[in-house]
Order: sequence, then C-alpha cells, then structure tokens
Amino acid sequence: MPWQAITRSIRGYPVRSSGGIPKRRSIWERIHMDPWLLGLLLVLMGSGLLVIYSASGQNMNVVIAQSIRFGIALVAMLVVAQLSPIFFLRWTPLAYGVGVLMLVAVELVGDIGMGAQRWLEIPGVIRFQPSEMMKLAVPMMVAAYLYRCELPPRLRDIAVCALIIGLPVALIAAQPDLGTSLLVASAAIIVVLLAGLSWRLIGLVCVLLASGLPLLWMNLHNYQRQRILTFLNPETDPLGSGWNIIQSTTAIGSGGVFGKGWLEGTQSQLEFLPERHTDFIVAVLGEEVGLVGMVVLIFLYLLIVSRGLWLASESQNTFGRLVAGSIILTFFIYVFVNIGMVSGILPVVGVPLPLVSYGGTSSVTLLLGFGILMSIHAHRRLLPR
Amino acid sequence: MPPRSDKLKNTEQELRIFRARALLALVVVVALTSLLVGRLAYLQVVQHDVYSTRSEKNRVRVEPLPPNRGLIYDRNGVLLAENRPTYNLTLVRERSEDVDETLELLVELLELNGEEINTFYERSKQWQRPFQPVLLASDLSEEQIARLAVNRHQLPGVEVEAQLLRYYPDAEVMAHALGYVGRINAEELANLDATRYAGTHFIGKTGIERFYENELHGQAGLRRVETNARGRVLRELGRTDPVPGKDLTLTLDSSLQMLAYELMDGRRGSIVAIEPGSGEILAMVSTPGFDSNQFVTGIDRASYQALQENLNLPLFNRATRGHYPPGSTIKPFLALGGLVDGAITPDTTINDPGYYQLPNDSRRYRNWLRWGHGRVDLERSIAVSNNTFYYSLAHEMGIDSLHDQMTNFGFGERVAHDVQSQGSGLMPSREWKRERFNQSWYPGETLSVGIGQGYWQVTPLQLATATATLANRGHWVKPRMARKIGDTPLARELPDTPDDINLAQDDWWDSVFSGMEKVVSGREGTARRTGEGLEYRMGGKSGTAQVFSLGQDQRYDADELEERLRDHALFIAFAPIEDPQIAVSVIVENAGGGSTHAAHLARAMTDEWLLDDDAPEVDEVRETLETDTSNVEGN
Repeated sequence: MPWQAITRSIRGYPVRSSGGIPKRRSIWERIHMDPWLLGLLLVLMGSGLLVIYSASGQNMNVVIAQSIRFGIALVAMLVVAQLSPIFFLRWTPLAYGVGVLMLVAVELVGDIGMGAQRWLEIPGVIRFQPSEMMKLAVPMMVAAYLYRCELPPRLRDIAVCALIIGLPVALIAAQPDLGTSLLVASAAIIVVLLAGLSWRLIGLVCVLLASGLPLLWMNLHNYQRQRILTFLNPETDPLGSGWNIIQSTTAIGSGGVFGKGWLEGTQSQLEFLPERHTDFIVAVLGEEVGLVGMVVLIFLYLLIVSRGLWLASESQNTFGRLVAGSIILTFFIYVFVNIGMVSGILPVVGVPLPLVSYGGTSSVTLLLGFGILMSIHAHRRLLPR
Repeated sequence: MPPRSDKLKNTEQELRIFRARALLALVVVVALTSLLVGRLAYLQVVQHDVYSTRSEKNRVRVEPLPPNRGLIYDRNGVLLAENRPTYNLTLVRERSEDVDETLELLVELLELNGEEINTFYERSKQWQRPFQPVLLASDLSEEQIARLAVNRHQLPGVEVEAQLLRYYPDAEVMAHALGYVGRINAEELANLDATRYAGTHFIGKTGIERFYENELHGQAGLRRVETNARGRVLRELGRTDPVPGKDLTLTLDSSLQMLAYELMDGRRGSIVAIEPGSGEILAMVSTPGFDSNQFVTGIDRASYQALQENLNLPLFNRATRGHYPPGSTIKPFLALGGLVDGAITPDTTINDPGYYQLPNDSRRYRNWLRWGHGRVDLERSIAVSNNTFYYSLAHEMGIDSLHDQMTNFGFGERVAHDVQSQGSGLMPSREWKRERFNQSWYPGETLSVGIGQGYWQVTPLQLATATATLANRGHWVKPRMARKIGDTPLARELPDTPDDINLAQDDWWDSVFSGMEKVVSGREGTARRTGEGLEYRMGGKSGTAQVFSLGQDQRYDADELEERLRDHALFIAFAPIEDPQIAVSVIVENAGGGSTHAAHLARAMTDEWLLDDDAPEVDEVRETLETDTSNVEGN
C-alpha cells in the first residue's frame, strides 16, 4: 500500500534541520507558535468575550465559561502545534477511517437531537458528534492522498478524492445535517482546488452542480426547504422561521454607523434577537458598535486569513500547504457564511461565528486546526520536499 | 538522503501552483469580504432609518390606561354603582411549555364543568398577537385564585390579572333606574372615539349609565413602555394619566326606592315619585326587576333567553316606556283644562242619571255607578270619580282644546331631562287620528278620552310628572335624575322646560286640590279607606284602566276574567297639599280597581317620605290590601 511507503520515507528522513548550524531560536520558535497569528487570534477571542458579555444579557457566568473553553482550546492548540506534521500524516488515514465508521454507527444507533441523528454516546462517558471531527479529518485525508500524487492531479486522482470526500459527506447529509456536510465537503474541495484542479474540470463540475440543484431540492427535508424559502422571503413568515432574519437585520440596520453603544442594543438586550450569544452574535455587535465595529471585526478576520495563507504558502511541502490552506480558507468560509446569514444574504444554517460565538466544540475544533497550521509552519522544513 | 530529481521538479511546480491558487483564494476572500461590508453598509447606512423605526416599534409599546368609571350615589350618598376588582385568568401561549397540558391542569384546578370547559377551550384558541395574553376565564373566586397561586410553578405563562368591574349592590331594585354597563359591541365600537375609549371594555347600555356615559367614562390615558420580546414591561418611558369619570349623585332616595320595590311585591307595574318643587325623581321603580350585574360580566344565553321570554317582561322598563290608559287619574287635569278652556266654572253642577248621551245619539255612556251620583259639582266629580261630569266636560271642550290643555301637562311629550329612552305616551288629536288611521274624529271618541280611556296612553313617569306640576300649581320644573355631576349641581332651570300653566284665578287650584283631598279623606272618597289615620293633608286620584273593553250592557266580573285581562289599578297622589313635598304615580297591572289596589301603595310612599317615624311596615300595607278586596267601590 502507498501508505506504508509514505511512512517509511518519513521515518527515514532526518529529523534535525538540514544545515546543522545551531541557529539561535526565539521563544516563539521553541513553542512552535506564530506570534502574529497567535496575537490576532487572542485579540479576536478577547473582543469575542466582550461581545458575549453583552449578548448573554451581561451574564458573567457565560463569559467565565467561555473563557475556560478558550483556555482549554488554547492548550489543545499549543499541544497540537508541538506534534510534527509527520504525526498528522501518519495518523490521518486512521482518523479518517474511524470517523467514517463512527458516522455509520451514528446512522445505526445515534441519538436523535433537533430532528437529526448527530450524536454518538457512550452513556456516562462521552457524547460526541463525529461530523465535527470530520471537518478536519476529511480535508487532511484528501491532502494526504494528493501528497503522494503528482500535481496537478490527474483525473484518476480526482476520482479517488471524490470518493474520499463523498462517503463521509453523504453519511453526514443523511443524518440529516446538510450544513455540516456542505462545510466538510467545501473544506475538502478547497484542498483539491489548491492542489491545482484544472480550470476545465472546475467549469465542468460547476455545470454539473447547477444542473443537479433541482434534484437536490427534491431530496431536501421539509425544514431545510423551509429555511431556504424563508431566506428568499422572510416576510412570508415573520413570526415563525422568518423571525430570526427579520430581527437580526433589524438589529444590524438599527445600529447605524456608530452603533447604539456597548450593552445598549435594544434588539439584543430586550431579547428580540434569537440565539443572540451563539449563531446570531454578530447582530449584537452590529447593533451595539455599528458599521465601524463590524468593519474592524471583518478586517481582523481578513488579517488572520491573510496571515494563514502566508504561512501555508511558506510551507515547503505539499501536505502541509494543502492542509494549512484548507484550514484557513474553511475558517473564512465560516466567517462569511455566518455574517452572510445573519445579515440576510445567505440562508440560515447553523454556523457559529468563529471564536466569537459562545460554544465549546467549535472553538476547540477551530483552535485545533490553528494548532495544525502552527505545527506545519513551525516544522516547515521537516517534510521531504 | 537527497530527494529524487523528478520529485524535486514536481515539488517546485506544486509550490508554484499552490501559490497561484492561494493568491486567487485571497482575491476571492477579499471580494467576499467586500460583499459583506457592502451588505452591512446597505443595512446600517442606506436602510438605517427603516430598521431604526422597526427596532423602536419592537421595543416600545403604547399601553392605554383606561379611566376609572365614575361612581353613582343616591341623594344621601348611598353607593348605587361601584367598581369592584375582579380577577381574570390569562395565558400567554408562547410562554407556556405545553399548552394542552397547561389547559388540562387549569380545568382541573378551577374545577370547571360542562359548558364552562367548552368556553374555556374555545377562548384558548382565540387569535392573538404572539406574546399577548388570551383571556381564559373571568371573575375568579378567591378559592380559585388561591389554588392557582399554589400551583403557579407548574403554570408558566398563566397570569391572574385584576380588572375593575361595575357592580350594582341593589341590582334588582335599581336595574331600570340606573341601567347597566356591558361590553362594547362592534356597532358601538364603530361610533366611539378610539382614543378616549382605548383600553375601555364597557359602556353604558341603558338608563343613567347610558345617558351620562360621557361624564361617567372619563378620558383614557396612555403610557409608553419598553418591553422585551416576551412582552414583559421593563420600564415606563412616559405617561399621560387618565382622567377618571365624574361621580354622579342622583336624586333617587334609595330607601324610598327600596320601599317602592317591596310594595310592588313582584307584581307587574311601576311606582314613580317626584319632589314637585325641584323636579327631582325620588323613586322610579319598574317591576319585576332583574339582576343587572349579569349583564356586566356577560350573561349566558340561557339566562338571557329566560329573561326575554318571561311573560312578566322583567327587562321592560315600565316606568319610562310602559304605555297605559290613564283611566280616571286624569280627571283633576281635565277639570283644570275645562276651567282654562271655559267649558266649566268652579260652580258648574250637573245632574247624573248614571249615564251620558250625546245629542241625537241613543248610545248611553255610562257612569261606573249604574244609578248615578245625582247632583255633582267639580269637587265631588273628583272625589267620587264621576264619569258623567267628564263626558259632559269633554264634549263641551272638544278634542282639539282637550288635546292642547293636556299637552300642557306633558301628556304625549317626553319631558324628563335625563331619562334614557322615554316613551312619549299618546295624547290623541284629530290630526293624529287622520294620520294614523286616515279617519275623521268621532264625538264619541272625545267622551272616551274624557275618562282617560280610548286612544289616550300615558307612562307612569308622565303621570307622576303631571301630578308634580299640578301640585306645583302649574309651575313647571323638569323632572331629573341627576343632582350633581362631579361637584357641579344640575341647574334648577333646564332648557326646553314647558310653559307654566296659568289659571285665571289661583283659587281654582284649591278647588281641584280640595276634590283630590276628598278622594282620600272625604266621606264618599273612592280611596277613603286609604286616607284613614292620615297625619297630613294628601291629594289623590284613583284610576282603573280597562285592558278589555266591555259591551254596553256587560258587567265587569273580575273573577271570571283571565288575570291578564283584568283592569290595571292606578293611583296618583301628592302631599302635603299646602306645601307639596312628593308626587307619586302608581300602576299595578291587572290588579283591578285603583282605589283598592294602588292607593295604599301611594300612601305608603308619602308616609315614608313625610313622616319622621316609621311608615307602616310593608306587611301591614299588604294586609290592608287583602282585607280590602271586598271593596269594589270606585274606579
């Protein structure tokens, strides 16, 4: 199998830096962190806590709980950053395989929550959403596969990638969790795109997708169709499913250029805004700090994405590049989808605003991703060229 | 170990491809970011006003503050209509975890039964704005409130709200005089000033409550409040206080009213008492009464139907709308009319053979005493209620003059100032008959009118008003129900007061008064039994109104007739003659002769009003009535 060849070649590669000159390493290099990226993330999380304080109705307990989660997630990021990319490369196939098996298990014995089977539970021990893990495992698996192919990928490689992607995505979509399956798919497709998928193929896939849309529509669940219809015209159901969009756009729009002031947003503080400290938190920001605050936030995200892309392209090896690029672009997709949905240009899907929305799982997954990114950057000369 | 050469070349190409793609990705990222910023700028700059307004509308709610309705007192400050706090049960569906379960629990806790449960579920399905309370039950008992309080934790979204509800302490006695308030209906709503009535659910439907609706209601205030999405009020942003309705002090005397009600003893009829000098209505009773409180809370269909189908017509206000032939009670007024007209003088005397005949007509118009009263003058004609005298008088006057003279006493007119939906009665005239039947007036009809029969119809209120005007020696004071509106006394002189009745000689009044005094105090007075033991000088006149007309030679036998075909008993009275303090009219439907069946009621009323010590107990009066039934004398 090709995997054995890969691991063998990694084992045989010298671990130490090639020149052998004992370069004086900075503290950041020693802990395998990129100070710029870390700094930006901390600023983002810090502002996130401020917003959460306001969005939770000034509930300090929520802020403390979120801080603890951030702490755990930061430690996880730090730990993961210490692992070498070889480790990821080696364990990716296993993680992927176990992930797929768990998705099958969810399909068979999973807990039903919110109208969909998403949770896998070993009673009293752990309650776990396998699809969350697949957000990292699937793109890494694709990257690991493409790592050993010649790039740009040939049609045969594309077909294999499609299989690698298609299986878990189909299982997640069957739960049904269309939002997550699309996010997993896009994270993996980004890998293929970054690997150099030919423009002709990209065009072909777009045409196929467009023609497949009606088929997709027919296979959607009612609540999913409802969400899309509501998105297209929220006023048809202003008190039901249109409520969220109407209230969030009202919150943002009423904020104006400078906002109503921190803790002064009536839409958020008086609870007209639903899910205000989770998925719709950006509406609180838009209402309280206005367009100026929103632009600052978006610029912060833009800086993080730019830095991430820079780090990715600094990596000297294909696996690292592809994984890092996918992680950072997926991060951007979350940002875009969340703000787009809250401001009413995308349908409502359950995507939190990265590192600002309240919630443990997403923060940990995101910072784990950044840990991998840091690791790839710090060990950029480790993998064979 | 150095990497393979082909791999190296490949790697450089891969890096090149990646960098190109990453750069492209960055361009896409920047483009999408610009899209987001553009969208936000559109919402926050271009559409800012729209969303600001919408956000304000979300946050700020204007709540009406309904004014408290004015209270109604009697002339001595006894409370006749008050506002009582009652408790309503409401549910905010959105705050209830499981509406069906909550409803089931409520039915159990409130111990509702049968129809109540249906109404309850029906109400729970009423459409409401989200987060607005739905009224599930009203007028909760203290026990129900207590049980709800104990189980409060199981009932999210359920609230007990206090509301002021009109309450009439003596509903049955006062129902017709006061009227009642009820829920505003769609028709009324369309004609109401929405701002003034914001938050008001009740409006005066009849009687005083309706006539003085404007004064009693007041002006609604409002408050602007900030609410959260659940509709909970967080703070008040501003308020305009409501102007409470004015309290009303009526001219009624509740103890006199109560006495009148008890005197009627559930029989059909009416008693009206007026203070002649002031025109103040002291008592106005129509029986049977009804519980007007039922109409406030909303009467159920079965009870309403029972009231409507009751043959005694409890909902019908006889005092103001009941039309009765006045019978002989109008003889004093006709005597005065004849004096004014010149048809008679105080010295006119006739010889009564027991009947009257028009010239060239064989028909005999009979006196109630078959063999006649012999020589009859004006005073005696009133005292013994001689018919022949008045046949002659009416014939002499003619219908035109008679109509005009009687109209001066308010017959056929709506004269009371603040009585809602007064009946006009009917004072017939040549023109009226032409219009109504397209027939000319026959002289015989004038004779019928002359003894208060025929087309002539009066209301008990009109009869009392005319009696008061007579007691006032022709000086008109409009009858009224209100004494004070708020702190402002009602003017003594009211607009549209009819002209005073002036006689050529003032002592003509004394002649008529003397005749009326002899009715109760004279040796042959029709109601002489009633006048026994009288401690003041009283003028009265009995009347017996035929419901069922008899053929010329038929005799009237009360026992043989169906109760409903029996004559109505009427009596008017005023006292004391030298300085009248009270004028009364009494009508008891289908009771028989007025002198025996109505006169003692009038006496009880004047006694109550004039004597310091206790008037004869109601039971005593009733006893007199029973022993008196053998007395068939008088009309």
